[in-house]
Parts: sequence; C-alpha cells; structure tokens
Amino acid sequence: MQFYGTEIPSRLLLGTAQYPSPAVLAEAVKSSGTGTITVSLRRETADGSGAGFWETLRETGCRILPNTAGCHSVQEAVTTAHMARELFDTPWIKLEVIGHSDTLQPDVFGLVEAARILSDEGFQVFPYTTDDLVVGERLLEAGCEVLMPWGAPIGSGQGLRNPDALRAMRAHFPGVPLIVDAGIGRPSDAAMAMELGMDAVLLNTAVAKAGDPARMAAAMAQAIDAGRAGFAADPMERRDMAVPSTPVLGLAEFA
Amino acid sequence: MITIAGAGLAGLACAYELAQRGAKVTVYERGNTPGDSSVARFAGGMLAPWCERESAEEEVITLGSRTFGWWAKITPVHRRGTLVVAPARDRAELTRFGRRTSGHREVNSAEITGLEPALGGRFSQGLFFEQEAHLDPRRALRDLSAKVQEMGVEIRYSTPAPARVTLDCTGMAASLPGLRPVRGEMAVLHCPEVKISRTLRLLHPRMPLYLVPRGDGYFMIGGTMIESSSDRAITLRSLSELLNAAFTLHPAFAEASVVETGAGLRPAFPDNLPRLTEQGGTLFLNGLYRHGFLLAPAMAQQAADRLIPETTDENHRERQTA
Repeated sequence: MQFYGTEIPSRLLLGTAQYPSPAVLAEAVKSSGTGTITVSLRRETADGSGAGFWETLRETGCRILPNTAGCHSVQEAVTTAHMARELFDTPWIKLEVIGHSDTLQPDVFGLVEAARILSDEGFQVFPYTTDDLVVGERLLEAGCEVLMPWGAPIGSGQGLRNPDALRAMRAHFPGVPLIVDAGIGRPSDAAMAMELGMDAVLLNTAVAKAGDPARMAAAMAQAIDAGRAGFAADPMERRDMAVPSTPVLGLAEFA
Repeated sequence: MITIAGAGLAGLACAYELAQRGAKVTVYERGNTPGDSSVARFAGGMLAPWCERESAEEEVITLGSRTFGWWAKITPVHRRGTLVVAPARDRAELTRFGRRTSGHREVNSAEITGLEPALGGRFSQGLFFEQEAHLDPRRALRDLSAKVQEMGVEIRYSTPAPARVTLDCTGMAASLPGLRPVRGEMAVLHCPEVKISRTLRLLHPRMPLYLVPRGDGYFMIGGTMIESSSDRAITLRSLSELLNAAFTLHPAFAEASVVETGAGLRPAFPDNLPRLTEQGGTLFLNGLYRHGFLLAPAMAQQAADRLIPETTDENHRERQTA
C-alpha cells in the first residue's frame, strides 16, 4: 500500500489524541502494528512547546502525519500546515478545514481551496472530506492523490453512516487510495470499511477512549486485516433465497 | 542535615515526613511565600482518587487512599464527596464514567436536589462519590509550611538552592529524562448567589469541567489538559469553554465575577504517575501531574523511607499497611 509513492506498513492509521497518558498511547501504537500516526498541531503548541509529547511520538518510530485539526479557515489551515512541515520535516499533511463547530463537518469549499494552495507549494495533502463524489473530483483536480472520506462525524463512534456512498466512491475513484477517516467506533465498523474496498482506516477516539486502548488497537488491526482479506477474496453475492450447502442431487437412496 | 530544593507541594510534604522522623531539614525556595512558584497554586485541591481512576492508573487509588487523614492533620479537609453530572444529551458520558470508576452510587434528580439544592431540577441523573473530599490548595500550602516550621524545618525564601541537595522537588525546573509539561488552565469565580458545597464535575465530550467551592461564594473552575510548555495566560478559547461549562452547571454563574484566571505547567512522566528517581546523588520527587494534593502524602512518605530507612521491623510493617 502506497501513499504518494511511500510504502506504508499497515492499513491502520492511528491518531494520538485523548489517551490517558503517553505511556498508554505508546503501548496502543505498538499493539496496533501501525506505521503511521497523526498528530494535531494547534496554535497552543505551534511554537514547538509540545516538544515533550512529540518526543514520545518520535520514539514510536512511526511515520508522522501532522494534521490541521481544529482549523476553521483556509488561512488557519495553511499556516498550521507550514508550521507542521517545519516541525516534523515532512511534506505530508492531513488537511482539516472545519465548517461546523457542532458536527465538525468539513467545509468542503475551504478544503478544496486550501488543498490547492498546499499542493502547489509541494505538500502531499491528505484531505479530510465528506463522501461527496464531486468534492472528491475537485480535490483530485487540486492536486490531492489520496482522499479521506468520513464514516461519521469525528469522535462520534457511529460507524459508517452511509456505506452506499463509500461504495460509490470506491467505484468512482478506482485508482485513488481511499482512507476512511472519522466515525469508527468498533472493530466491526473498521472491518466493514475495508470490505467496501477502502484502502485504509484512520481512527483515534475508538482506541483512545476504550477501557483498554492497547487491546482495542490490536482488535482494530485484526478487523482491518480481516476486512481487507475479505474484500480481496471477492465475496459471494447476496441472494434472496436459500441455497442448500449440501448437494440436493444424488442423495443416498434407502431401498 | 537534609536539604530540599523547592518549597512547593512536594518539597513541603517531604519536609513534613522527614521532620516527623526527627531529621533536621532545610528547604530552599526561590519565591518569597509558601508555594509562590508552585503549580499547586492553580490546583483544584480535589482529593478524588475514585473519579481520577477514570483516566489514571490504579495507583491513584492505592497511593491516594491515605491522603484524607494526612491532610486533615494539617488543613481543613471538606469531606463532602464529589457529584458528577452530565447534560441530558451527554448521558452516554455518565454511563462510561460510571463503568470506568468505582466508589460511587447513582443518584436521581431528587437525590441531586437533596445533595445540592442549587442544582434542583437541572440534572436528572448523576454519580455520587461519597468518600471524596476537597481542600483549599493555597491555604493548604500555607498551613503546611507553618506546620513544618513549627516542627523545626527551616525554609529559606528567595534563596536559590545550593548546587547539590539531598532532595529535589522543583517540578518543571528539574530536567529529568521523560519529564514533560502538561499545561492546565483555571479561573476563579465569585458568585455568592449560588450555594454549592462540594466538588462538581460536569461531563462533556469536549470540555469536561470541575468546580470546587472555596467558600464565601468563591469557586475554582478548571481544568484543561494541553501538551504544551507554554505558560502564557489562559487562552480565549479555554476561558470561554470553561465559562460556558460553568453556565451549563448553573445559569446564575452568568452574573459571577471572574476574579482570577491562571495557567500552570504540571510536571508529568510518560505514565502520568509520580516517581522517585536518583541522579548524581540527589533524590528527585517529581511528576505529580494533576494529582499533587492526592498523591504528595504517599510519595513524601516513600521519599522519607528512602532517605531515613525505618529501623524496627514493627514500624516498617505498620507503614506498609497504613
């Protein structure tokens, strides 16, 4: 699996916020087997003052995907991306432009604009978007090579609210890496995303707020592996009538 | 003679434990009043091990259980419990909180009104942690420093510590491997119209709030948890979220005066638990994180055990089981 030409070792991408402690976070990262972690960069820490916490993240050995979580305008997101590039020395940026403070729904207009600006500046943009096909097309035109549609609102744990839209995205963007970002609550949600043909899953709260984050991280990783294998194995079609799994013809005759 | 750097919460608690064991103790403090430069000034002063267990390791309960008696010998401890409530739409938060903690019972609207009449009819469901308590952090620091001085401890204010001390309790000023700052922000409200007598916690998926009564119509509200080393004044966003949450608890807070805001850096190790470490012949007590008043007594006892090992087996046994 590759994003922007970079091979990633696991189809699970893990967020690093809201864990009970950095030690629990490090344990969860380890048991998830992920190779990619996201880090939110806020004004509060943009001057490098989060260094103590970032040290923990660097020690995990994972590739860091900085994000612009909590940015409500194009300007804010672009500025945050610049800081992230400097601090983490990576062209990768998970782009969030939030349009609605209650649902944290992306502002897709601002998102496309910010994606264009950042792509032109050489960033490799991972846009957090809705499952809208036209927005997806616009993001690709703006220079994105990966799309991150939501499953449900951030942190809601509702699972995939519109699997049909994700299926349509898969069909519409066959060669584009699709990462379901946000909304995953349980391992079955992650498995379902992978069965729909998504390339990866990004989640945070479902692991961070579990009673045993390390165990939930491992469960998510297993679900993602199972879902991916299920998709790759080409599952049977649904049928409306029963078909006996033992042959009907050639039954033994009892004379 | 035992020398301690830092007359904050950890330094004073250790001085107390060491003086108890007959040691001659000198404490060096760069500030000029007790706890002047200590992040404990901004603490809630909650002695709430069962609530804290929601996001902390089991040690907060095992180490925190003897904090009540320890503090009661030094400063007024208000053992009135903690009442945890949530707005109707965040009831799932209450379910989760209850599942992750112990030492509580569910309370309904009438019981909540019975406990805190001011909240009457505002919340239909809550959790009551009856055994928990709170104290006034600044008064506790003053009382503790007076107590240790009474016991013969010398506190040298406005005096930097010598290059080498027996025990270092300087919080973020100590450079220890793995130690990081976690920024916390708080505000103090004055609102004599609202009568609340115990710690309240308002659960909210984005901005959980605690409110600790300080008496005479004063309330401390907190607290944010931000991975940052910035000690600048509270941000507008944090302050507005805190004030909004207070308003959700009781609309009369709309008329409260915001008499103080503050921000401090809590020292924490990666597991968010305090540690005793030795480096270059000095013992360090650090990493009390957001559990200073809760865990300082147990950690000070451990520090004293390291510096003045108990002599008789009987004493030792007593301390182990105390």
